[in-house]
Amino acid sequence: MINENIVTEDHKNTLSNEGGAAYHRLDYLDQLESESIHIFREVAGQFERPALLFSGGKDSIVLVHLALKAFRPGKFPFPLVHIDTGHNFQEALDARDELVNKIGEKLIVRNVADTIKEKNLTEQKGKFASRNALQTFTLLDTIEEFKFDACIGGARRDEEKARAKERIFSVRDEFGQWDPKLQRPELWNTYNGRIHKGENVRVFPISNWTELDIWNYIRRNEIELPSIYFAHNREVLEYEGQLVATSEFIQLDPGDKVSVKKVRYRTVGDMTCTAAVESGATNIDDIIKEIIATKTSERGETRIDDKVSEAAMEDRKKGGYF
Amino acid sequence: MDILRFITAGSVDDGKSTLIGRLLYDSKSIMIDQLEAIEKQSRNKEDGEIDLALLTDGLRAEREQGITIDVAYKYFSTPNRKFIIADAPGHTQYTRNMVTGASNSDLVIILVDARNGVSEQTRRHSIIASLLNMPHVVVAINKMDLVNNAQDVYNNIVIDYSEVADTLGLKDIYYIPISAINGDNIVEKSPNFPWYEGDSLLHILENVEVANDINYTDARFPVQYVIRPQTEELHDYRGYAGKVISGVYKKGDAISVQPLGLTSTISGIEIGGKQVEEAFAPQSVVLHLQDDIDVSRGDVIVKTDNLPSVKNELDVLVCWMSNKPLKAGNKYLLQINSRVVKAVIKEIEYKLDVNSLLKEPAPAEAQLNDIIKVKIKTASPIPFDSYKKLRVNGGAILIDETSNVTVGACMIQ
Repeated sequence: MINENIVTEDHKNTLSNEGGAAYHRLDYLDQLESESIHIFREVAGQFERPALLFSGGKDSIVLVHLALKAFRPGKFPFPLVHIDTGHNFQEALDARDELVNKIGEKLIVRNVADTIKEKNLTEQKGKFASRNALQTFTLLDTIEEFKFDACIGGARRDEEKARAKERIFSVRDEFGQWDPKLQRPELWNTYNGRIHKGENVRVFPISNWTELDIWNYIRRNEIELPSIYFAHNREVLEYEGQLVATSEFIQLDPGDKVSVKKVRYRTVGDMTCTAAVESGATNIDDIIKEIIATKTSERGETRIDDKVSEAAMEDRKKGGYF
Repeated sequence: MDILRFITAGSVDDGKSTLIGRLLYDSKSIMIDQLEAIEKQSRNKEDGEIDLALLTDGLRAEREQGITIDVAYKYFSTPNRKFIIADAPGHTQYTRNMVTGASNSDLVIILVDARNGVSEQTRRHSIIASLLNMPHVVVAINKMDLVNNAQDVYNNIVIDYSEVADTLGLKDIYYIPISAINGDNIVEKSPNFPWYEGDSLLHILENVEVANDINYTDARFPVQYVIRPQTEELHDYRGYAGKVISGVYKKGDAISVQPLGLTSTISGIEIGGKQVEEAFAPQSVVLHLQDDIDVSRGDVIVKTDNLPSVKNELDVLVCWMSNKPLKAGNKYLLQINSRVVKAVIKEIEYKLDVNSLLKEPAPAEAQLNDIIKVKIKTASPIPFDSYKKLRVNGGAILIDETSNVTVGACMIQ
């Protein structure tokens, strides 16, 4: 997964001489990488029982890559944790298992289906019945089961307005709740991870990365992604301008427009709430070209779950969601 | 391509949110769905035009109250540079928010309303910028359209501000006339100011030299974590993981581990698992030492020929950030980079009037948003540099040990 010999055109940590004084420069991706590694190591230094929340999507794959850079040749000081809704793309699960196998780190999987059974939770009904809201229950149970005091996640501030206001070290109370009005000021590059028993901190090492930064980093480091990120033929349902893969999790009604299209995914979440985009991009260069040209934001184009209300993410975060 | 982190200072009335919205909009960083969303909100508010300010007002709680309650981060880029904007709102918590946003920014944009000229607020923002030692200042004279784009209005403000800047010792100042609401001089140079010889705002932001803001002389490496695989093949591997916050380290450098002062030599440097000959700020690396000495998290590895101060009695400028007042005798935790020590406030020496920069007599207790000079004693000596000399090793935070909240921003003198 790591290829150290790749030097792309934009990879210029130059040593130059100006006015006789030698100085060094770090390009933007290296600066972002260093900041993220610093955050990872602060987690390792400050917490007893951290965990890395791993979804199998590109952002959490980049997180794993950064963790390798932060801790190798040592072991990760945390397990990977996957909260499995049962509505995953098989390609994402396969990529997850392959990656975990390759790096030899521990993976903990907890299933939303089990929580639903144990706690007698009510599942959403309807066309795109999603377990997105229910996974918060499983996440909080898992945090309690393993007494995790820090959960590292791949959220980025450019994704969404509520995320733009969240700290890199974001303290959550016993119920996992985020209170935007009571956030700790985050000064210099100093992270205060002190918490009371029962609380936990959500840590976002790639807060300052944008979607395009992630793709450029993936290209530079030749990071492997699940195949669904690249253009492929898939049977999709056209629904209110979005393309949703047909699957056993989605209810088809008479009159639904289903067809096979060449698509790729821009984000990978549950099959019930992630939409595909029409694309012919079969390699990273083409994907980056498309992203530069796109007129729609990542979540706006592909996430069905954000459209519910203007403040959908803010509400979910306050309730303990990532 | 590099990164510029900047903060905008000004209130909603100065057009701060409009300016950020304009930068994002005109640099094509706003996507159609985001625009549709604010169009919808603008209609909800029934005042017609698209309100670019809405792009930065994130949370529903804020929209309902028509305020911004916290620092929000926004991103855009041009082919030359990635920009990270810390958008710190005005109003009552302003000092706290601006200090927070400025603490990791390279540049501040100070917005001046052309109709009002250099105001008390302009002075306050400039004083905070100078206390935080901001390397670059852009004075954006906004709402020029409301003064008929008049050159003499602009010139008078520049003259007034230059005096403020001289008093405060602000460096690298850029002046620019703009109209954020009309987009004049934001991305492109506007024909409305034929008398203005400088560049557009975006052009200034793209070309400010930030590489020179990094100190490559005083090498500082706070240890964050010790990597010890303890496997059979890596039995003796012991790597000190951290970030070079300033300076350059080379294999063979004679080093000293502060605060205890044990010495050794750098025997190896790794970046992302790869051996390198040298490392420089701000790279995250792993250092190896020749000798098996005691090094742990919170220690700072420096070069023997360039040592930091090591003291347990500190003169500190504090921006107080808590509703609970600060009093002499109060105990806190002081965190500087990865080191945390117990600390007690020995004495409040004076309070700084952020509108005049005058020293006021020490209050019995400091309140939220106060900037005060205090003497702090720490339980053990800490390695540091004065904030003025080396921002990255002179800034610290105070933590309330009972609530765990960050309550003070420290600039060690």
